[in-house]
Amino acid sequence: MEYETVIGLEVHVELKTRTKVFCSCPTTFGAKPNTQVCPVCLGLPGVLPVLNEKAVEFTIQAALALNCQIAGFSKFDRKNYFYPDMPKDYQISQYDLPLAAGGHIDINLSGENKRIRIKRLHLEEDTGKLLHSDDLAAAASSLVDFNRAGVPLIEIVSEPDIRSPEEARLYLNKLKGIIEYTGVSDVKMQEGSLRCDANVSLRPKGAKEFGTRTEIKNMNSFRAVQRGLEYEVERQKKVLESGGKVLQETRHWDETRGITVSLRSKEEAHDYRYFPEPDLAPLVISREWVQEIRHLLPELPAAKKARLIEVYRLPEYDAEVLTSSKALGDFFDATVASYPEAKTVSNWMMGELMKYLNARNLEIGEIPLTPGLLADLLRLIDQGTISGKIAKTIFEEMCSTGQPPEKIVQEKGLVQISDEGAIARVVEEVIAGNQQSVADYRAGKEKALTFLVGQVMKVTRGKANPEAVNRILREKLQS
Amino acid sequence: MKISTEMVEHVAWLARLAITGEEKEQLSAQLSRILDHMDKLNELDTTEVEPTFHVLDLRNVLRKDEARPGLTVEAALDNAPEREGNLFKVPKIVEG
Amino acid sequence: MQLYEQTLTQVHDLLTKGEVTSREITEAFLRRIEAVEGSVQALVTRTPELALEQAQETDRRRQAGEDLPPLAGLPAVIKDNMSTRGIRTTCSSRILENFVPPYDATVVEKLRESGLVLLGKANMDEFAMGSSAENSAFFKTFNPWDLTRVPGGSSAGSAAAVAAGEAVYALGSDTGGSVRQPAALCGVVGMKPTYGRVSRYGLVAFASSLDQIGPLTRDVRDNASVLSAIAGHDPRDSTSAPLEVPNYTTFLTGDIKGLRIGLPKEYLAAGIDAPVRKAVDEAVRVLSGLGAEVEECSLPHTEYSLSVYYIIAPAEASSNLARYDGVRYGLRVSGDDLIGTYQQTRRQGFGSEVKRRIMLGTYALSSGYYDAYYLKAQKVRTLIRRDFDQAFARFDVLLTPTSPTTAFKVGEKVDDPLTMYMSDVCTVPVNLAGVPAISVPGGFDQGLPIGLQFIGRPFAEGDLYRVAYALEQTTDYHKQRPPL
Repeated sequence: MEYETVIGLEVHVELKTRTKVFCSCPTTFGAKPNTQVCPVCLGLPGVLPVLNEKAVEFTIQAALALNCQIAGFSKFDRKNYFYPDMPKDYQISQYDLPLAAGGHIDINLSGENKRIRIKRLHLEEDTGKLLHSDDLAAAASSLVDFNRAGVPLIEIVSEPDIRSPEEARLYLNKLKGIIEYTGVSDVKMQEGSLRCDANVSLRPKGAKEFGTRTEIKNMNSFRAVQRGLEYEVERQKKVLESGGKVLQETRHWDETRGITVSLRSKEEAHDYRYFPEPDLAPLVISREWVQEIRHLLPELPAAKKARLIEVYRLPEYDAEVLTSSKALGDFFDATVASYPEAKTVSNWMMGELMKYLNARNLEIGEIPLTPGLLADLLRLIDQGTISGKIAKTIFEEMCSTGQPPEKIVQEKGLVQISDEGAIARVVEEVIAGNQQSVADYRAGKEKALTFLVGQVMKVTRGKANPEAVNRILREKLQS
Repeated sequence: MKISTEMVEHVAWLARLAITGEEKEQLSAQLSRILDHMDKLNELDTTEVEPTFHVLDLRNVLRKDEARPGLTVEAALDNAPEREGNLFKVPKIVEG
Repeated sequence: MQLYEQTLTQVHDLLTKGEVTSREITEAFLRRIEAVEGSVQALVTRTPELALEQAQETDRRRQAGEDLPPLAGLPAVIKDNMSTRGIRTTCSSRILENFVPPYDATVVEKLRESGLVLLGKANMDEFAMGSSAENSAFFKTFNPWDLTRVPGGSSAGSAAAVAAGEAVYALGSDTGGSVRQPAALCGVVGMKPTYGRVSRYGLVAFASSLDQIGPLTRDVRDNASVLSAIAGHDPRDSTSAPLEVPNYTTFLTGDIKGLRIGLPKEYLAAGIDAPVRKAVDEAVRVLSGLGAEVEECSLPHTEYSLSVYYIIAPAEASSNLARYDGVRYGLRVSGDDLIGTYQQTRRQGFGSEVKRRIMLGTYALSSGYYDAYYLKAQKVRTLIRRDFDQAFARFDVLLTPTSPTTAFKVGEKVDDPLTMYMSDVCTVPVNLAGVPAISVPGGFDQGLPIGLQFIGRPFAEGDLYRVAYALEQTTDYHKQRPPL
């Protein structure tokens, strides 16, 4: 039987407010354990939460960027369960009246647009961090750092519109890009400011009802999301094909073993006993407030993509890639501002830059290359100082050292040889040393010319102006 | 409303309270009696009534996003039953 | 008259006239504590050194000519569910027996700024759950008027300490009557302010939507002074009302001409002891004589209050008390693993009444029962509030008994939770509606005090002080002291 994969994602994003959501502790990432805590976020007896205005505004910004409807009335609820990283043994979250609902993200699926709906988006508090060895069962005890407890977190729940692990990755990537544009979060998976859980189920192709789903946790990178989901889809397929039943359960992605593992525990009797948080007043969000926040939003990827196509006449594919992350888009804008040949800039970014980043699994912000350096390099090519080929070498050097291109050219002696006398001397040398090829060329074999050009370039270590080499070689051969 | 001993056991689990067999019986009887009294509320038709979650009509009680000093590490860990360095230490979590 | 027998106002006058120092007053109270604490047992923690230090500090400032707040230098006790920095705060529970908080509750901070002299932390029913002090994990507190009887609860130590002359004033907390009922049973004045009037920051939560801190004092004027000092908006409490606080002593005029007083018939129905009923009638006669218009009225949903209260309060408590898990502070009893540790810690750390309420509240919130219990209770709560709204359209204040009976014998109701709950019948509707109420001495029956309760409109504590003061001026119940 053919199965259809059904995936829904629950994404958690930490907001970049200065202070925590319900107390005034700072939220700096990477601080020493338990140095960013106070009676409130430690859940000491008697403390009360007070809502951070900025956290609400950031939530609304993110929601608007994800095309959500903002609730006119919203409230907080307590989600009750025991866990040592949760100071009060309940989490202040939102249950039936989230801050926003009904949004969507469009993903680009081999050229086609596909819309993934967002069911709801709400604000809640993060938990502390448990530190222990990877082998949960073997560790005798766990250690808790409460610095993260109370950092504002938004939960973004998609509808089960995703049909493959690949779509899931595209959705997550797009979501990351959009949130990054708004500036409300760092959205770094490796630092945990972006986290993703997934609900996965299979159903016979054409069926209307959903199959039994499992919840997959602990996928800590984009790659892990795709791999984890691929594994889980295959696992469920095998279960169904062998006549078995998929159990509704939570499963843990084990990165090193490359499998999902059932987290079967007494916790399956989860009953969160949600009830309205008596310590917090409800929120009434006026249209005026939403408008004010809307004005704070920067240009979002969809608008930027449209602008790149409209203003710079870039192909849709280029525009899509260049707006996939805010940093990339900003880099493009800044480069074009000093070197207006947009298509050339785009070609370099799409080609050499992406190649460099992908090969090293880096992001643009992590390398010393600046828009100014790229613009300088492109001007050197235009001036004929260097060849396009040499430029690629210099580009790589710039990406790793951040040195200005002129300096690299000088230090490495990469200035293009445009001195025709010098080139002519080399050409004569090559003609003298390759009589067979000279004969072939004169006999009408055009290919022999390519060989001879190659020999000239070899001697000049690629620095000779290729156009001049070609011309002078033809002249000498015809004379 | 009769609260069975199984229900007592389930509720005690949710509340993370260890209870003995004898306590189970006792709680089942006591809670049943108390809840019988609560059933009096069913006399009232409340379909059109809004619940009162807050007696004051406060809305949008917000604070500015300004940091204030919290506790020192020592003050934070001072009451910890067990610690390791500057971390709270807890027994292992059995899962899976 | 001994110093420890005097009112806050009297002691304050002696202080400002320079006839006595705060140190002398404090020493007098410390001696009194030494003398009677063995039989009353009002205090969980005593802080004599701190008290003397604080007293000397206010003396120094007074001598330097500083203009000090009215409460400066006056010795007090605070119920042990209000966080005191550096002084253990136990809630009379094993689970917090050794817990020393690193921060002050807002009320404590305000009192410290007002020149607090802290004598100690007062015993209570564990986590404020109870009406007799018999649920304290440490020891019982006894009624100074009859040491075989309970002082009421849960602010048992606070009420008993004021009655026994162990403190000039005390702070208690009131979730369903926990200030007013012990005030009534101990013959002192106890105020439950409007929800949101006094900050709850640092008050260890029992039922968050009902809890409020209030003063216990010898007379109405003292009470007005203390409330004026602790009330007010607090940015650390999102449910605190952003309203100005009047000086409540300005309401003590004695003039209640034309004041409309409602007498809700449901509070005088079955279950109210005859002497208590008689005290109400007597008060009606006095108040009418002073020019008030007293008329019977009805709060038809009163009979549902106990059911509503005993769903909402335990439900909120079950969540508020989850944090006592042995991870960050408090008792830890090791089990086989983390969950076993949770279960053993909570089993041994909590007393049976607390556990019973956690069970009840967990059940009322659990899947499949939320609508039938918790949501239903919150809806009926709306009906109870409407009863008050309607009554306050016609009346300025309502007069009821505080407790259906005078102090009962220690051990009398301890095995019967439901009967114990019934003694809250006159006080819980007030917390459900969030309105203010005061209990004042209204007579004696066989040597035991009777309390009368006035209930007012939201944030109209001033009206309550006005009427309570007028009544007090015609009686001498508040001047009597227990035969200790």
